[in-house]
Amino acid sequence: MLHIKCPHCGMRSQNEFSYGGDATVKRPELGKEISDQDWDNFVYNRKSLRGKHWELWQHLSGCRQWIKVQRDTATHEIFKTLKANEEIS
Amino acid sequence: MTQSFRLESGGFINRDKKISFKFNGKNYFGYEGDTLASALIANGVHLIGRSFKYHRPRGFFGAGVDEPYAIVQLYRNGETEPNIKATEQELFEGLKAKSVNCWPSVNFDVGAINNFLKIFLPAGFYYKTFMWPKSFWYKIYEPFIRRAAGLGTASTKHDKERYEHKYEYCDLLITGSGPSGLASAYSAAKNGAKVILAEDKSRFGGTLLTSEVNIGNQSGKEWADSIISELKEMPNVTVKNRSQVFGYYDHNMLVMSERISDHLPKTKKFHPKQRLWYIRAKEVLISSGSIERPIVFGNNDTPGVMLSSAAKEYLKVYGVLVGKKPLVFTNNDSGYETAIEFKKNGIDPIILDTRKEPQSEIIEEAKNMNINIKNSYVVVAAQGYKKVKSADVAKISDNKEELGSIENIECDCICVSGFWTPTIHLASQSGNKTKFNEDIDAFVPGISKQNEKTLGAANGIYTLEETLKDSFEKGNLLSKKITNNENKISFPNVVEKKSTVHDKFWCVPLPKGKNYKRFLDFQNDVAVSDIEIALKEGYRSIEHVKRYTTLGMATDQGKTSNLNGLQLVSKIENKVVPAVGHTTFRPPYSPVSIGAIVGREVGKHSKPTRKSPMHSWHEKNNAVFVDAGVWLRPRYYKRGEENLFEASKREARNVRTNVGVCDVTTLGKIDIKGPDAAELLNRVYTNAWLKLPVGKARYGVMLREDGIVMDDGTTTRISENHYHMTTTTAQAANVLSHLEYYLQLVWPELNVNVVSTTEQWAGAAIAGPKSREVLKKLFPKSDVSNEGLPFMGYMEADLFGVKAKIFRISFSGELAYEVNVESDNGYFMWEKIIEAGEEFGIQPYGTEALSTLRIEMGHVAGSELDGRTIPYDNSLEGLLSKKKDFIGKRSLSRKAFAAEDRQKIVGVVPLDKKTSIPEGSHLVKDSNAPLPNPKLGYISASCWSVEYDNPFSLAILKDGKNMIGEKLFVMSPLKNKVIPVEIVSSHYVDPKGERVRS
Repeated sequence: MLHIKCPHCGMRSQNEFSYGGDATVKRPELGKEISDQDWDNFVYNRKSLRGKHWELWQHLSGCRQWIKVQRDTATHEIFKTLKANEEIS
Repeated sequence: MTQSFRLESGGFINRDKKISFKFNGKNYFGYEGDTLASALIANGVHLIGRSFKYHRPRGFFGAGVDEPYAIVQLYRNGETEPNIKATEQELFEGLKAKSVNCWPSVNFDVGAINNFLKIFLPAGFYYKTFMWPKSFWYKIYEPFIRRAAGLGTASTKHDKERYEHKYEYCDLLITGSGPSGLASAYSAAKNGAKVILAEDKSRFGGTLLTSEVNIGNQSGKEWADSIISELKEMPNVTVKNRSQVFGYYDHNMLVMSERISDHLPKTKKFHPKQRLWYIRAKEVLISSGSIERPIVFGNNDTPGVMLSSAAKEYLKVYGVLVGKKPLVFTNNDSGYETAIEFKKNGIDPIILDTRKEPQSEIIEEAKNMNINIKNSYVVVAAQGYKKVKSADVAKISDNKEELGSIENIECDCICVSGFWTPTIHLASQSGNKTKFNEDIDAFVPGISKQNEKTLGAANGIYTLEETLKDSFEKGNLLSKKITNNENKISFPNVVEKKSTVHDKFWCVPLPKGKNYKRFLDFQNDVAVSDIEIALKEGYRSIEHVKRYTTLGMATDQGKTSNLNGLQLVSKIENKVVPAVGHTTFRPPYSPVSIGAIVGREVGKHSKPTRKSPMHSWHEKNNAVFVDAGVWLRPRYYKRGEENLFEASKREARNVRTNVGVCDVTTLGKIDIKGPDAAELLNRVYTNAWLKLPVGKARYGVMLREDGIVMDDGTTTRISENHYHMTTTTAQAANVLSHLEYYLQLVWPELNVNVVSTTEQWAGAAIAGPKSREVLKKLFPKSDVSNEGLPFMGYMEADLFGVKAKIFRISFSGELAYEVNVESDNGYFMWEKIIEAGEEFGIQPYGTEALSTLRIEMGHVAGSELDGRTIPYDNSLEGLLSKKKDFIGKRSLSRKAFAAEDRQKIVGVVPLDKKTSIPEGSHLVKDSNAPLPNPKLGYISASCWSVEYDNPFSLAILKDGKNMIGEKLFVMSPLKNKVIPVEIVSSHYVDPKGERVRS
């Protein structure tokens, strides 16, 4: 079970969180024209990376905040966690 | 029976306390402090079971967790448990155990015929043989294998025992209380670190209990006892025996099973049977020691052949002789220690040493005791069927390939020692890259991935002095890092006998003309010849060899067999062992009972049960409950002898004709506040929300980004910047997360807050043509007329002194209201409604009637919004705003979603107007078409229409729009039904929706 540092609450066990997918995907702006290809990329197409990966988790049984977590998908090492409003650098 | 193999004195058992027990129906006695194994051996019992494949007789091989043979079915306090190792099970008064894997009895086992047919049972036999003919599998092969194989029978009864889970954090977790565990725990504890020391056995001390050493002028056992008692007094230390750390997971999370009551005749009141510990440790010190490995020779599975260290443990800990004419077969000095212990107790052992001229302090001592030592000798084969009677031995050439002439030596046990294998399971599970150590012919931990270090024998360090030094130091260093505190401990004086190098010999060659089975894996009956066949057939990867032959796959996970298997593969393949590599170690290290894994989450406690504030009223009024997500909801209220069908029809009919009341507390409720609340709703819902006036409710549908309907419900504008959203019972949690996702990550600029208020409000739906009359009585001071509170209107009102919210919304299609009060007032509200409604014939209705009412109205619910349908499919396309964008809108223009013949919701009525239609059935054009019959759609929900008194269903049907009036067939292969039906509109009752507005 992973040990995730919630930027709001501190170190917590994985079972307090739920996974939310790739954190680098940006939702296209509302009301803007977008090609089928770009929309499909947003909705469906994801890279299945081996290695460092920025992903979203929600601290569901804690502060309910969505956070960004940089995790190695192969080793599960967690390098960094960010608040929802902090930019991935 | 008498304990004829028990010594007069010695061991750590309590001879003053006799314990009676039963094995295979026979009565025996043992002593307090015995294991089932030590007590049986004391009674001269060596036949415990039958082997897995060949049903060969099985005895004892070890004295602890590494035991491959002695697995029994245990009976305790009216319960039974399979897969119990006799070597681990402590004796208690009244214990009953039975052999497994034998039929009809352990002494006469029909399956033993396999032993004579073994030529037909080579590696991969099951894969090769039982495949054909395919039809034989279920009827013939499987039942036969099931009865013949297996390691016990699981109880089919509910387990009345309690199992607990515990979460713990510590600075250092130390796994094993041998010399390395004690030393490291002691120095870490002295530095003030929070330490957990876990010992698998009941006694602390590990090898200190059996070895002849001296630490600080105390015997090993005395030193261990003094350290343990000091540790137990320290507030920063937790010391646990009977506790096996069996799994090492990510981020230094380890799991330990503590057997609290298994050694007692009965679990004490309020005590759990076992406790599972989830331990998050800053540092882990693995002090799991090592396991002696066997030397492979002919018939080496005969009862009486056992590890030399086990023989020593039975002697020194339990005062039990495993035999009176022992033969010790060794390639290292450990065998001598066992022989010396026999000799000390008046038994004359014979040592066969594969080495030519070994010299060491220990060997010197054995010689001085006049023990018969035969150098360059090997055991070629054990003789005897149910117990060793003698051994064929021979001299072996210096190159270890040629055997001299065979001699026969009479003996009743063969104690074998093939040197020591570090227990690296936990280190390997943690992701440690293990490496092969040539000096000890075994793998040891290498580069760590997580915060773990391995100590002592588990790390391939086999001298006590070195082990203690290293462990004191590691414990000190790691704890100092955490506590910034150092308490130096003076290193005790250590006395131990020096040993010399072992012989890298592990397998005795077959003598000419003999074809003895030489077993590698004792539990799974994998012999040398099986590995040879697997390699001949082309299996190369050790992982494939393992799976094909089942080497190392049994419940002992190859603790005694893995390395010899690797040696064999590397020899045949002409590779070095590290090039072959070892198979992956996976948790659990040893079997864990399912009960411990499940913990308290059993039956009704497997998930929380939520009850509405009106629950006790429902109970008192004969409600039959149904699980709705985590909620318990009344399904129907039983009157007299009514069944579900009759009761729900009565309740639904009463709503259509009079008035009914339904507990809707379970609906998800989300409070939404902030100046941008309307904008949020406008983006989340598919229809327009910006112009909803205060005091009005609106129905809305929300989509996922892929265009699939996520949920529906009504949201009411309470005040300028305050909305009350309702969701379906099932989707409440998901919708909240969904809103939080968009507010926190996608549109953080929106100034809105959301919070779940599901449990803060109790809700009652009052539905039916007479509902307004009931409302008038409940709220005499409020204007609840059609003008005062129109359809989709909202008002706050006073319910006999209680603040209430009234929403004029309807799920039943009738004139209806939902009244909400704070949860604490829910029961009061409900009673008042029943009271006020009495003169109008009010009846409570459950979820079954609720479904009937919504189905015949064509209202979609969870069974249609099943994660596969878009708004069009549910005839909700009228709610799609063309003017604005919303979540998921772009997806709706995908080609398939816009197809002309797209599936759509329809109504289905059986032509005979009598036959009920099973939910989940398929709709087809021709019931006699050849398979696979093209499926046009599926039945999503079925009811008995109370309006028309005939069955009615909703279905999602291909090209549903153009199918109204068509005749199709409903097919349910599951229920073996074919029903001719007519497709009608999904709005079966009141298609214009006049009633809700009346």
